[in-house]
Amino acid sequence: MAAAIARFFDSDVWWSFKRSPVTVASAIVAAICIIGAALAPFIAPHNPFDLASLNLIDAFKPPSWAEEGTAEYLLGTDDQGRDMLSAIMYGARVSLLVGLSATLFATLLGVSVGLLAGYVGGAVDGLLMRICDVQLTFPSILVALLVDGVVRAVVPREVHDQIALFVVIFAIGISEWPKFARTVRGSTLVERNKEYVQAARVIGVPKLRIMASHVLPNVVGPVLVVATLNLGLAILAEATLSFLGVGVPPTQPSLGTLIRIGNDFLFSGEWWITIFPGLALVAMVLSVNLLGDWLRDALNPKLR
Amino acid sequence: MADATPMFEVRDLARHFDVSRPFLQRLVAREEKRILRAVDGISFAIPKGTTLSLVGESGCGKSTVARLSVGLYTPTAGAVIFDGRDLAEARALADQRRRMQMIFQDPYASLNPRWRVADIIAEPIRAFGLVTSHSAQQDRVAELLTQVGLSPLDRQKFPHEFSGGQRQRISIARALSSNPEFLVCDEPTSALDVSVQAQILNLMKELQQRLGLTYLFISHNLAVVRQVSDRIGVMYLGRLAELAPAETLFRTPRHPYTRALMEAIPDLEMTGRERIPVGGEVPSPITPPSGCAFHPRCPLANDRCKRERPELKPAGDAMVACHAVEEGRDDAMPMPAIARDAA
Repeated sequence: MAAAIARFFDSDVWWSFKRSPVTVASAIVAAICIIGAALAPFIAPHNPFDLASLNLIDAFKPPSWAEEGTAEYLLGTDDQGRDMLSAIMYGARVSLLVGLSATLFATLLGVSVGLLAGYVGGAVDGLLMRICDVQLTFPSILVALLVDGVVRAVVPREVHDQIALFVVIFAIGISEWPKFARTVRGSTLVERNKEYVQAARVIGVPKLRIMASHVLPNVVGPVLVVATLNLGLAILAEATLSFLGVGVPPTQPSLGTLIRIGNDFLFSGEWWITIFPGLALVAMVLSVNLLGDWLRDALNPKLR
Repeated sequence: MADATPMFEVRDLARHFDVSRPFLQRLVAREEKRILRAVDGISFAIPKGTTLSLVGESGCGKSTVARLSVGLYTPTAGAVIFDGRDLAEARALADQRRRMQMIFQDPYASLNPRWRVADIIAEPIRAFGLVTSHSAQQDRVAELLTQVGLSPLDRQKFPHEFSGGQRQRISIARALSSNPEFLVCDEPTSALDVSVQAQILNLMKELQQRLGLTYLFISHNLAVVRQVSDRIGVMYLGRLAELAPAETLFRTPRHPYTRALMEAIPDLEMTGRERIPVGGEVPSPITPPSGCAFHPRCPLANDRCKRERPELKPAGDAMVACHAVEEGRDDAMPMPAIARDAA
């Protein structure tokens, strides 16, 4: 383990990371976002979901540095008297959870489909890739809206609130898997004709084993990059869905939900209710995207 | 030496590839289907413990024969027979599949870059369940590494830590790990330095003597082939032009194409001597010439060669597919210098 860590600090990737101040900065911002979100129940100053602690007298408090602000609510409060900073931390938690799960889902689905299409080839490849093409012609937010709409129509309202989080994860994941499938299929086509794969075929190793143990480890590199870039997009997609009111249930507000709620008060002067969740979203997505960009360059031997 | 039943045999083996453009494009352009006849009816047999080599220019179908021989391709026509069984039938049985292995051309592509050497070599052992315990497997890997001239300590390394020649040794160790009896070697030395080529060839010969292996050896290099073969088949455009014992082939090459190939072998003693090159290019195997495929480049070609495809017929202790040889017209073409020296 110690040797692995030592090797990492000696690697090209670490070297190119240190050399780029933008990357270091975005890594720090991303780390703050992730830690703040993950540890929200322990480090948030208030619990915005504890109804007993809410006090309507505290509603619409501006940020602490404004004239009427109090030190208790650093970023002000919303119409219910909830502390904005705590709401943002809890909201980022939901946003990250949805983003990560959706990306993981899209990765698993896309990698499996791409591997199968690329390795088996022929009619299977044709069929799977045409499905991919068709799906790529729809904007992903439209696909997500469609999935959400169908589920809403099919299941009763109480059930829907319980499974809403999974529906959003599924909707976002299903709209983004073709990117993974195409990336993996491309590299699989190259790998499957390499002689080490043929050597395994001569031995008679079953197809699925060849795909999993020979081809997969050699095609996951680019997937890592696509997944990182996709994480930002997934978080944004979730925020968009929640802003439109079809995303996560109102009992678990994400950053998108907070922005939508705040939007109602924007013109009456309570700007902080929508601006701060918005800024948090920007910081999170931008830092993740910049990290993804850097990773793509760092892992591309042609750009070294 | 030669057994009654050969270890490996192919009969009228053919493999055609459909290289047509997609259906719609073909319909629009009113094109015919385009069939590439990579291998077009060849027959040979390899007795146990001997080496048969196939030589020929790039694109003559020799690698396709190699792939057909281990079942990586299925034949379009004809039969591949492994130790008395049809290949497809033999490959369905693990204990038969274990007996055949392949060594590949490119030592940089034939080892999975993400696997350790121990795992690479042990893959056939695990696939066939040859040893059960982990320690027995490690011992076997160490033994194999020693056998191919590497250190048992190399098993913890990754392929990129080795040179081309060492990688080819690892490839050989992997092929040997299932105790095979028949090895298909697809240009195993063509990606290596000349000095390393000799080492690998010597290793392969030594292993053959020690383990009684049967080789099907594919190469484009006649000098390499001369070192290892008992018999040599010369391929041209998917067919055998000549099939002869190695010494016969080098002493009295009969087919005009074989003679032309011999003429092209570089030789220090022949520096400065006049060479007669083979004119022209290899024709496309999609639209092969009529009659004998070699006739556009052959100095002995006549009308019959343009019309009628020659079959492989005995000539001395060789088999030659040439009308000129059959009719005794082949004296018109001089023996290549290398054969004159040998004789």
